[in-house]
Amino acid sequence: MIQTTLWLAQRVTAAVLAVCVFVHLATIIYAVQGGLTAAEILGRTRGNAAWLAFYSVFVVAAAIHAPIGLRPVLGEWLRWRGPSRELALGLFAMILLFLGMRAVLAVFA
Amino acid sequence: MRVKVWRGGTQGEFQAFEVPRYPSQTVLDVVTHIQRKLDPTLAYRYACRVGMCGSCAMTVNGVPRWTCRTHVDKVLRDDAVEISPLKNLPVIRDLVTDMREFFDKWARAQGQFKGARTKADDFERVVPESPERKAVDAGIECIGCAVCYSACHVVAANPAYLGPAALNRAWTLVKDTRETKNPERLRAVAGDAGCHACHTHMDCTERCPKRLSPTAAIAGLKRATARAALKGDL
Repeated sequence: MIQTTLWLAQRVTAAVLAVCVFVHLATIIYAVQGGLTAAEILGRTRGNAAWLAFYSVFVVAAAIHAPIGLRPVLGEWLRWRGPSRELALGLFAMILLFLGMRAVLAVFA
Repeated sequence: MRVKVWRGGTQGEFQAFEVPRYPSQTVLDVVTHIQRKLDPTLAYRYACRVGMCGSCAMTVNGVPRWTCRTHVDKVLRDDAVEISPLKNLPVIRDLVTDMREFFDKWARAQGQFKGARTKADDFERVVPESPERKAVDAGIECIGCAVCYSACHVVAANPAYLGPAALNRAWTLVKDTRETKNPERLRAVAGDAGCHACHTHMDCTERCPKRLSPTAAIAGLKRATARAALKGDL
């Protein structure tokens, strides 16, 4: 049951990430065309709730997706299975979430 | 031609033989020649010689194959060929593997049919054109030769993995409209040892001598288990 749920979660977050990565890259390419400075970019993102929502979704999806993908890598390459692996991956998810949200809030607030 | 043949058990080494070439010679003919004319102690397994029984599967130049259906012409490189037992299975001796774990995994994947009718009942009708029957048809011709299991990189990395053949069998039962045990079966094939361990490398589909697609069967099981999980049935 838990592994089926993890599989489903990874598929769903993969679909979300496909859209997020596309929007993210397209925005970067578009934004640098006119030679925007960091200050000008921050001027557009600060206080913008739409960008806050978009990048929050991006970070949450990445924090769910990456540890699930890392799980079989640890199992198959390092023979690391059992509760210690799940704990480490949970911790990894928290780190991704914390670092990601810190960056999102930094360009918003 | 020069033939290198694996001798020993899991630990062992290759032994070189010189074998004459014949027209339409198969790799099984080569192994049989060695056993009958050069070294009677060579252990190998075969039965039908015509691609029906699946017992002569071995690793030929690193690739799992039915030796009876592999012409020497196709695999000879610089007049040499290397023959070893199937991978991912314990070696008993020389070219003979212990297939217990392979078949035990079919049982673990709930590979036994369980219907609701008895011999007193009439036959159950299964429409040949129905999508369910077609899905069963796509996978039912497996003869259990273990070529897919030997080719699978996930089995090599995760010894608990049920493997392509057992999961293919489970899928043909999941799509069998007469089957009564599917909730338990889906539970048995979900998870780290089951369909979710598959990385979709398609080694099994690439190597299957019957041209079946265990990869498609495993993808079907992923969908079926996901649906069951969402309904709370898993």
